[in-house]
Amino acid sequence: MYRSHVLVCGGTGCSSSGSAKIRTEMENEIKKQGLENEVKVVQTGCFGLCALGPIMIVYPEGCFYSRVTVEDVPEIVSEHLLKGRVVTRLLYKETVTESGVKSLNDTNFYKKQHRVALRNCGVINPENIEEYIARDGYAALGKVLTEMTPEEVIDVILKSGLRGRGGAGFPTGRKWSLARTIVPDADQKYVCCNADEGDPGAFMDRSVLEGDPHAVLEAMAIAGYAIGASQGYIYVRAEYPIAVKRLKIAINQAREYGLLGKNIFESGFDFDIDVRLGAGAFVCGEETALMTSIEGRRGEPRPRPPFPAEKGLFGKPSILNNVETYANVPQIILNGAEWFSAMGTEKSKGTKVFALGGKITNTGLVEVPMGTTLREIIEDIGGGIPNGKKFKAAQTGGPSGGCIPAQHLDTPIDYDNLIAIGSMMGSGGLIVMDEDNCMVDIAKFFLEFTVDESCGKCTPCRIGNKRLLELLNKITDGNGTLEDLDKMEELCLYIKNNSLCGLGQTAPNPVLSTLRYFRDEYLAHIVDKTCPAHVCKKLVRYEITDDCRGCTKCARNCPVGAITGKVKEKHVIDQSKCIKCGACMDNCNFKAIIKK
Amino acid sequence: MGKSTISKIPFKGTAEQEQKLREYIAANKDVQGSLMPIMQEAQEIYGYLPIEVQKIIADSLNIPLEEVYGVATFYAQFTLNPKGQYRIGVCLGTACYVKGSQNVFDKACSELGIGSGDVTDDGKFSLEATRCIGCCGLAPVMTVNDDVYGRLTADDVPKILEKYKNM
Repeated sequence: MYRSHVLVCGGTGCSSSGSAKIRTEMENEIKKQGLENEVKVVQTGCFGLCALGPIMIVYPEGCFYSRVTVEDVPEIVSEHLLKGRVVTRLLYKETVTESGVKSLNDTNFYKKQHRVALRNCGVINPENIEEYIARDGYAALGKVLTEMTPEEVIDVILKSGLRGRGGAGFPTGRKWSLARTIVPDADQKYVCCNADEGDPGAFMDRSVLEGDPHAVLEAMAIAGYAIGASQGYIYVRAEYPIAVKRLKIAINQAREYGLLGKNIFESGFDFDIDVRLGAGAFVCGEETALMTSIEGRRGEPRPRPPFPAEKGLFGKPSILNNVETYANVPQIILNGAEWFSAMGTEKSKGTKVFALGGKITNTGLVEVPMGTTLREIIEDIGGGIPNGKKFKAAQTGGPSGGCIPAQHLDTPIDYDNLIAIGSMMGSGGLIVMDEDNCMVDIAKFFLEFTVDESCGKCTPCRIGNKRLLELLNKITDGNGTLEDLDKMEELCLYIKNNSLCGLGQTAPNPVLSTLRYFRDEYLAHIVDKTCPAHVCKKLVRYEITDDCRGCTKCARNCPVGAITGKVKEKHVIDQSKCIKCGACMDNCNFKAIIKK
Repeated sequence: MGKSTISKIPFKGTAEQEQKLREYIAANKDVQGSLMPIMQEAQEIYGYLPIEVQKIIADSLNIPLEEVYGVATFYAQFTLNPKGQYRIGVCLGTACYVKGSQNVFDKACSELGIGSGDVTDDGKFSLEATRCIGCCGLAPVMTVNDDVYGRLTADDVPKILEKYKNM
């Protein structure tokens, strides 16, 4: 028994800011002080509050140390672990009260959260199967194999109301039921897991894989039993090295413990899982494209039907679910369908994990019951917009989603409400934007992404999106006309209605939603030839104000010689020469250069 | 997608590398869907996938070279050109982008005199605009090989590059 446990976050955010070094230093320092038999250092998955990383929690006190550096480690060991005196200056400020340290669960960031998919993230060591088992791990698989028929399993998942967390929100139980029954005499079926998280700004699947990989393995085995498959594949982004490593460790441990492989729990059920690395193609998030990629070919989607439940991977009946969907499954089996369906809204049950990023104080991972409002997530949990700026929009659904303006902040978030306001759930990226972000530029940003990622198979997506991007470029260059707006809307609808797969069908959403809610910004670009947020370079004017002291620094730093003026006299920018690089503004010591 | 330039740099693969690749192919060629894992291993061994290596893979698997080339050019991870000694990635994922990573990227381009996907003439640096690398709490983020630099402004870029120029 150890008297203290030090949990060090080993998620991606904290690892990137050096948490591995901190853990090594911690272990060394503990040895130096002779505490190695009293204090244990544990590497965990993501705690969620990435903005404050690297993070460390010391139990039993539950002290939450934030932005820890290697230099802080000796102090934590000698003060806290040796002498029992909490190092207050490193504590997360929200947890410090006059009477001592407040529980983490009472802080604004954690108070409104409800962790189901993330329940083990930041709690257990993901590289140790026994810690997972100690938290009821593999109990659901045991229950399924020894007490339930496959039909009963599917029935529980159906009744729970679980819907796919990867984007479209298809009912998981229905998917499983189809795969079980549609081809009655199939000799082989497959269970696939989509861990190719492609939304640029979403990292919840990664955190589940890094923090609780066994939950996904267990759920896949349950799915295998339910549909009658003996082989699973996890398709994971090669850019997620920590997740890949922990998955492989987890698979090997599960095999050693007899929880994967032949005759699991002596039930006669065989199931094994292999990892396949994605190679950087957003379109592979689409189910038929992903399966084609596992087959080792160019990941192009194909028309459906036949749906994968009938003809999927290697031509066999297959299911594909996303990481977060799977992470919910063992809990549903253990706690029952009613427990799960009691959370959330009428048609969207359970919780949803969001990757909160952009212009927000508490960047990180949050899991809330469906039906929580955007305002609660952004203002209460997220801590609002930093630097006193004003909220402009929240973007959900990544390149397939849309921008939600302030007037919809009180909408309860679920699958259907988000679609009704022109966005979508997507995988759960939630990027906050403030008044300094130009919405035309954001639409262009997402469209550049989809144009780059379009596989090129069907014309509406390959050429339509390119033309759409050209129109956007025309507008941000200051050459747009009002007629272009109508053309864009028409083109958007054409692309949505005629593209082969989800990528093309949703690609115009960022354009449509910004046109719907931020038309005034488009009009400013077209009619007034200005960019209200001063982002679009061609529409920005740099001007020198009366605060200029004539120090000549700007003129010396201008790469094109566009600035003239005498020493100690106000300088002037020749707009015809200016290339809008902003070097003058960066170099001015008197804040005498402004963007207009 | 759609990067199809064939490397002008002469192929310098060694017999040792080829043997390693052939051993991996022999062990995996009968696994269903093994082409991509083999190509990933090949890129691990050689650092990139020159046409010579693609030919070895096509011949050993008894499939047309066109199929290997098709896969190599479809996925962003596969590269037909060698990377620099220091691989620089600037994250242009959404969270980094709204916090100004485009300026960081533009600065890296102008400092190195190359664009995305290019390598400097001395082979020291290569530059890439990457997608979300999952540490949005540090946005905007830049990586140099395995080192991560966060909460950047464009002004930080020259200082960081300087460190590696002299290494």
